[in-house]
Amino acid sequence: MTDQSARPSVAPAVLVDNAALADNVEPARDDAELLRRLREGDESAFSGIVDGWSPMMLRVARSFVSTEASAEEMVQETWLAVLAGLHRFEGRSSLRTWVFRILSNQAKTRGVRESRTVPMSSLGGDEGEGPTVDPDRFRGKEDQHPGQWTAEGAPRSWEPSPEVSVLSGEIRGLVAEALLLLPERQRTVVSLRDVHGLTSDEVCEVLGITMANQRVLLHRARARLRTALEIYYYGGDE
Amino acid sequence: MKRWRQRGRGRSQTRETSQQEINIACRDVVELVTNYLEGGLDPAVASAVEAHLQLCDGCDDYLAQMRTTIRLLGRVPLHTLSTQAKTDLMGAFRDFTASPRP
Repeated sequence: MTDQSARPSVAPAVLVDNAALADNVEPARDDAELLRRLREGDESAFSGIVDGWSPMMLRVARSFVSTEASAEEMVQETWLAVLAGLHRFEGRSSLRTWVFRILSNQAKTRGVRESRTVPMSSLGGDEGEGPTVDPDRFRGKEDQHPGQWTAEGAPRSWEPSPEVSVLSGEIRGLVAEALLLLPERQRTVVSLRDVHGLTSDEVCEVLGITMANQRVLLHRARARLRTALEIYYYGGDE
Repeated sequence: MKRWRQRGRGRSQTRETSQQEINIACRDVVELVTNYLEGGLDPAVASAVEAHLQLCDGCDDYLAQMRTTIRLLGRVPLHTLSTQAKTDLMGAFRDFTASPRP
């Protein structure tokens, strides 16, 4: 396990079960139906999208402002703006995309005020270069098969599988912890894509980054998290 | 022990005999897996990665572990709004419903 003292503190927040939430995300069959229910004042429809979309909106907001409290405020303001504009919404994009666009606009206004910590749109420094797998795990140039896994370097299987294992709870905790240790931009992208389930287009639009940029950050983040799991199974001898 | 299942295919030989076949080393495959999963590779490179995965247990396992990692991420608990914030929003929704349309 990782060094407990190095663990960043997690802000107090309400935690929800990701899998349980997924069933909740689309309370209506489609956008038109959802929109109709919202306009008619169906509280369960509104409650459903607030519960379903707020976690990812908080994650987006958190990449623009420096505190959890500001992020929560930004999400609340976004929902109020959604209500204010609901009767004008023409359905040219999906409702969710429209909500994200409002959030992005909130972020731009606020981001200027709070000067966000790391600009999402610039890539570089130590998180954007170099191999994601230790080069020593591959055969060298002088080898007959340069660049192939060495016998010791090749990935070993994870047994028991992290998904069925009695340790799965512990492993979930490990993944959540490893996420916190990622560089900010990697954490934002991998969280939105793999934890919250946004599409690559949604991530690019809401963060204002290119597809290429998004893929690099996603790849580096996933590779680091895979390594964290590998270390859990086999120790960190690399 | 992870080995190539077919060892007789020299890279230079393959490169000369077929233009469509691109040989990629494991070291490069591990850097392409995300683009591969995202469908972001040129078709020729994508089929080269596929061909490599057919032959290489190590890279096949690597890809499987990346997929496992992605699935595990989908089960990380999420932060959501505080109960107070949610209550306030539901109140705002009731006001919205009560007010006449603009």
